[in-house]
Parts: sequence; C-alpha cells; structure tokens
Amino acid sequence: MSNHSDAAVEHVGGTTQSFITVWVALLALTGVEVFLAYEQLPTLIMLTALMGLSVIKAALIIGYFMHLKFEKFSLFLTLFPMLVLCILLMMIFMPDSIRAMIMRVQ
Amino acid sequence: MADAEAIAVQSVWRGGEHPYSIGSKKLGMWLFIISDALTFSALLMAYTYVRLSTPDWPKPFIFNPSIIFSTIMTVCLLSSSLTMVMAVHSMNHGNRGATVKWILATMVFGLGFVGLHLTEWLKLIYTEHVTIFSNEWGVPLFGGTFFALTGLHMTHVIIGVIYLGIIAFAVGRGKFKYEDVEVSGLYWHFVDLVWMFIFPLVYLMSARI
Repeated sequence: MSNHSDAAVEHVGGTTQSFITVWVALLALTGVEVFLAYEQLPTLIMLTALMGLSVIKAALIIGYFMHLKFEKFSLFLTLFPMLVLCILLMMIFMPDSIRAMIMRVQ
Repeated sequence: MADAEAIAVQSVWRGGEHPYSIGSKKLGMWLFIISDALTFSALLMAYTYVRLSTPDWPKPFIFNPSIIFSTIMTVCLLSSSLTMVMAVHSMNHGNRGATVKWILATMVFGLGFVGLHLTEWLKLIYTEHVTIFSNEWGVPLFGGTFFALTGLHMTHVIIGVIYLGIIAFAVGRGKFKYEDVEVSGLYWHFVDLVWMFIFPLVYLMSARI
C-alpha cells in the first residue's frame, strides 16, 4: 500500500500564476453576486442567477484548487455524475414550496 | 511481478488495481467530500424550500455590517484556499518550511472567518433577538435553518483549522508526505466550496435593500 501511495503522489497540477488567476476570478464573481443582491429582481430569477454564479465558482475551485482538472477522468466520472443526480433528485420538492407559499397567501 | 506492472500500466485504466492513479488517502477524502456534499445539499435544499414557501421571510442582513462582514468572510475563505493550494504546491517541490508558512496563513484566514462569523451570530442573537426557535418577525424557521446551516459549516471550518494545525506541526517536524498535505487541502477547499453556496443563498437572498 505504501508503494502505491508513493507512486501516486508524483502529481503536479497548475502553476502559481494559474492559481492567482482563479483566485482573482473568484473574487470578481463574488463582487458580481453582491452587486446582483441589490438589484430589484424577482426572487426566483435572483435565486437562479446567484446559484448559476455559485456553480461556476464551485467548478473553478474543484477544477483548479482541488486539482480535479489534472486527475484522471475516471475519478470525475465516479464521483460527480452521482452527486449531481442526487442533488437534482432533491429538487423534486421545490415545486411544492411554491404551492405551500400560495396556500399561505390565500 | 514486473510483467504484471507493465500490463497494469498499459491497460486502459492505467494502474490496474488502482484505477484512479491516486493514493488511498486521497480517494478516501474524495469519497468523504462527496458524502458531506450530499449532507450540505440536503440542508441547502431544506433552507431553499422554507425560504420560497414563506412569503414574509425576514431580511435582517443590512449592508453595514452584515453584508460587508459576510463578503469579507468570503474573501477570507477564498484567500485561504489560495494559500492552501500554495502550501500543497510548496510541499510538492519539497519545501517544507514554505509549506508550514502557507498552512499557517491558511489557518489565520480560517480563524478570521470564524471570528467574523461569531460576531455576526452574536449580533443576530443579542441585537435582533433571533434564536433557533423564535424571532421578532414571527418566522421561527429562519433561526432554525440559519443556525443549523451556518453552524454546521462553522464546525467544519473549526475542525479544518485544527486538522491543518496538526498537519503543519507534523510537516515542520519532517513527518508526513505530499499526499497528506494534499488531502488536508482537499478538505479545506471543500469547506470553502460549501460557503460559495451558503453566502448567496443565506446572506445575499436575505439582504435588506
């Protein structure tokens, strides 16, 4: 097992410049999010826009900071499609929240 | 044995019995992160459900200090991710001294995040009178969901700071390898990643305009 670990650690992903570029991009996206929060947008549109930006930020962090971009594609295929599917399945409850809100208003 | 290794390298999985070409510690951390991501996803979904189904959801977060504080907290975590990735980068080049310094910088950012977050909590509890079960706006689920979500995340940050402290101490004493630092980095980046969803969903969606 130790041989396996030693062999596996020789792994380099990204450069200092690329890390700083990603960091600046993440800060800029955070600024856009704060700006959007003070725009008078409907709740659902605001929610969609903010979550879209968050997904982009998450992809940058996973790809560059967590080095997944530089790992074997099989690791990504094993981990993420299942995660995304489970999260999408959780969204099955969301239409019910709108029904609950309409019932409360009535 | 050599033939077996040669076959393993040539196979489409490039590694034979190690199909992902990563160490067991790293794979274990990835599996933990995915399971923890599901936990946070469920909590975020529950929060969103309650938020959308409550028409008079409170918006207690004024620009100064709440949104400014939470934005600085976000910058703290993003900067800590940069310092952590630099720690991993330094360890990969065999520079243990620089690795320890970068990890300590990461811990400082993490502690800064916790300090600001606790300040925000105390303001909500003592100024706005928000508790887990009640608040002045008559929406008790606000406090319940807010403290559950941010509390679990803050617990992860505190555990992360302790974890990084142990790693920094061991690396400084010449123990642990590159993979150990990289695995701790994965955990820390995940903590940062979760905040990227909590910040807009909890704070920005409830900003008082």
